[in-house]
Amino acid sequence: MENLKHELKTKIIEALNLEDIAIEDISDDDPLFGDGLGLDSIDALELIVLMDKDYGIKLTDPKEGKTIFQSINTMAAYITEHRSK
Amino acid sequence: MKKPYFISDYVSIWKNTLSLNGETLFNCSQETSFKDFSKSLYKHIDMNYPKFYKMDNLSKLALLATEALFKNKNFNPEEENIALTLSNKSGSLDTDLKHQDSIADETNFFPSPAVFVYTLANICLGEISIKYKLQTENAFFVSESFQPDFITVYAEQLLQTGKAKKVLCGWVEYTDDNYEAFIYLVDEEGTLEHRSETLKKLYLE
Repeated sequence: MENLKHELKTKIIEALNLEDIAIEDISDDDPLFGDGLGLDSIDALELIVLMDKDYGIKLTDPKEGKTIFQSINTMAAYITEHRSK
Repeated sequence: MKKPYFISDYVSIWKNTLSLNGETLFNCSQETSFKDFSKSLYKHIDMNYPKFYKMDNLSKLALLATEALFKNKNFNPEEENIALTLSNKSGSLDTDLKHQDSIADETNFFPSPAVFVYTLANICLGEISIKYKLQTENAFFVSESFQPDFITVYAEQLLQTGKAKKVLCGWVEYTDDNYEAFIYLVDEEGTLEHRSETLKKLYLE
């Protein structure tokens, strides 16, 4: 699980072009949206693409995303349970 | 009698160099990609706007030139009713091709939403408007080359009809890591007459 969290941070920084943020700056339970990393709605769509492309997880219900993308912890837990890649 | 207008400031970016009113402000001496050049310039002009990194190349180019010009002015752009009129040759082709690449393979089909939102040339005007909180007239024209005759008339029409107090005009072209920006502010004050001939000369400087 720790490896997956590290991998997720790397992928998020790269996919969302977070040039000013390093892996060490993201805590596992930091909120990804709002006051945390400050991601926006386009970033949320990019995360949905990332889940599909890298882990074979198709999210069809936008409400699901709100819970799954709360933090690195919630993303990693969901991926571990549902991944097909 | 027709009211005179002036070019108060102008910025050029090309070949790893940014110049303001004819003076070089920043130059990358070694050959470098636009990605690295734009990042260095962003830091040099102390922009502090993280959303910059998420933009496509055309928007980055337009925003860097605008930031350099506005930084030289003693005003708050939000309060100046500044219309935007930019133009180029290739529209958003650089980003269009990136988007096309991401959907070309039917078996590996993952278009990026962050790329897709930039597949229109006038998005760079939106980025400028968001950054400086402008809710003003804007237009983006596509033509084979910079058309000072047309843009001069268009800008003065905006000023004469009271649609704007100033007009930020220019040419922002980006394709295949080749880039060129020439941006200028048309105002009631300045030393350079707002004339097509003046613009042709400044553009070629």
